[in-house]
Amino acid sequence: MIRWEQVEVAYNGRRVLGPVTVEAGDGEWLGLIGPNGAGKSTMLKSAVGLVEHRGTVKVRNGNRRPGLDIAWMSQRPAMPENMTVSEYVMLGRSPHIGYLSSEGPRDRAVVADALERLALTDLAGRTLSTLSGGEAQRAVLARAVAQEAPVLLLDEPTASLDLGHAVEVLEVVEDLRRDGGLTVVTAIHDLTLAARFCDRLVLVSGGEVVAEGPVGSVLTETVLQPHYGGAVSVVEGPDGPAVLPRRIGS
Amino acid sequence: MSEAPVAPVRRRGPLVIGAVTLFVAMLVGLTLGPAGLDPGKVLASLVDLLPGVDTGGGLDGTGHTILFEIRFPRVLLGALVGATLALAGSAYQGIFRNPLADPYLLGVAAGAGLGATFAFAARLDHVWVAPLAFVGGLVAVGATYLLGRSVGGRTTTSLILAGVAVAAFATAVQTFLLQRRFEVLKEVYSWLLGRLTTVGWTEVLTLIPYAVVAGAVVIGSGRLLDVLRLGDEEAASLGVRVDRVRLLVVLAATLATAAAVSVSGLIGFVGIIVPHTVRLVFGWSYRVIVPLSALFGAGFLVVADLMARTLMSPAELPIGVVTAFLGAPFFVLVLRTMGRTT
Repeated sequence: MIRWEQVEVAYNGRRVLGPVTVEAGDGEWLGLIGPNGAGKSTMLKSAVGLVEHRGTVKVRNGNRRPGLDIAWMSQRPAMPENMTVSEYVMLGRSPHIGYLSSEGPRDRAVVADALERLALTDLAGRTLSTLSGGEAQRAVLARAVAQEAPVLLLDEPTASLDLGHAVEVLEVVEDLRRDGGLTVVTAIHDLTLAARFCDRLVLVSGGEVVAEGPVGSVLTETVLQPHYGGAVSVVEGPDGPAVLPRRIGS
Repeated sequence: MSEAPVAPVRRRGPLVIGAVTLFVAMLVGLTLGPAGLDPGKVLASLVDLLPGVDTGGGLDGTGHTILFEIRFPRVLLGALVGATLALAGSAYQGIFRNPLADPYLLGVAAGAGLGATFAFAARLDHVWVAPLAFVGGLVAVGATYLLGRSVGGRTTTSLILAGVAVAAFATAVQTFLLQRRFEVLKEVYSWLLGRLTTVGWTEVLTLIPYAVVAGAVVIGSGRLLDVLRLGDEEAASLGVRVDRVRLLVVLAATLATAAAVSVSGLIGFVGIIVPHTVRLVFGWSYRVIVPLSALFGAGFLVVADLMARTLMSPAELPIGVVTAFLGAPFFVLVLRTMGRTT
């Protein structure tokens, strides 16, 4: 469980987020949607202490410890040159290793397990630069899994992927959530993908939470249009709502 | 690939190679010189230093004096300076994630140069050169740090640019002083080119504490430098206190660099090519790069100093000339052989 409580972020005196109070329960998948610059990424970053903020972020009712309680996946993860997949995933163990210590057998076992769960075992010795987009995203997820944190925050995990790979990556996240009891919060632009995978949606716009609830209650034209310049229409697809672009003319 | 999917970082092999290289370099450095010493006897004399050991085969008389009063302090100083500069260079490259970073990046060289120039220009006794160079180096880096923070907050780019500004300013003042006191130009110039002249053990004993502390801090931070390769935000999300690590490592590396510069002048190139060469040959992990840079930097400078004092004997070449003369072609060779840059 993760809870943002009256969290407020300001840059140079200009308020960019909140105060917002949002909660995702144990094992829940919460989607943060909203237009560019709405404050979704800022909200995720505030949870791991990457931006200064007022208010508190709690994980299972204790104050969060970055790295141990929350694994955060950047929108554009760094892929250091010459690093192998297993070395990269091992960096996820960092929060568990003391300042002067090195990784031990347990850390190696956790990494081996994370590689296995993301079907990366065969790629363990490959360098990051040789991976395809989908494989690279799986490596980032494996690093997050190796953190063994109960909460997983994903900032636009599918932004650079084609639809096939996007669905594949999100299915992997779904497996992790189901098997590992993870709480997942995703900032996601693609509203239809959000509808397919998230349990609940929070619509953020102009730094405020403007709508919150089950997918069907948030993904309606009435709710969405004011925040997307009227450029969306919502249709009922075979698996639930689908959001389509709409020409707004000149 | 036959290895397990998750193998521990391999350090022992490379470290043994580095230690052996340094040992051989030091032994050669102790043996060769205007008065040639027998390598076997040099070794025996060194073994005799161990408590309760007497091989009976060590050097005596003049040979003993040359070894322990002249050559040993000088070789050890070379090793310490080389280790410090290469270690600091590897630390800076890790902290600033910039392949062009060297230990002089934040203005320590220009500041130390100004301090030394001031000592020469003001006709102070020569014992003041090293302390003023040390203070000058630290003041310059302190100014860089404050300036960088005040203009750019937490980014390393603003720190590097502030270093450029501070170095330019210190160099301008130094040039002005030199222009006013033309007669000390030769002394200052010779200081700037760097040399490892020693007066007994004074310089070695001055440098040892700084080198040891910097070595402990930077080598101890190797794993965190690896995590920092992910960038500040991702490292912080993994629980690394980025600002604190950066300050600690830069402080340790800078103090040691200032101490090294104050006793040896400005010896270029070691701090940049040694870490790069190590990286190209032994891989990306700072847990390997940092200690290995120290070992190879030490060995490299011992060999460079050997050439500086023997090639044109009895005249001495400035060691900075030798390091670049040796280092540049060697580095190009490594770059070509490994076929990639970092």
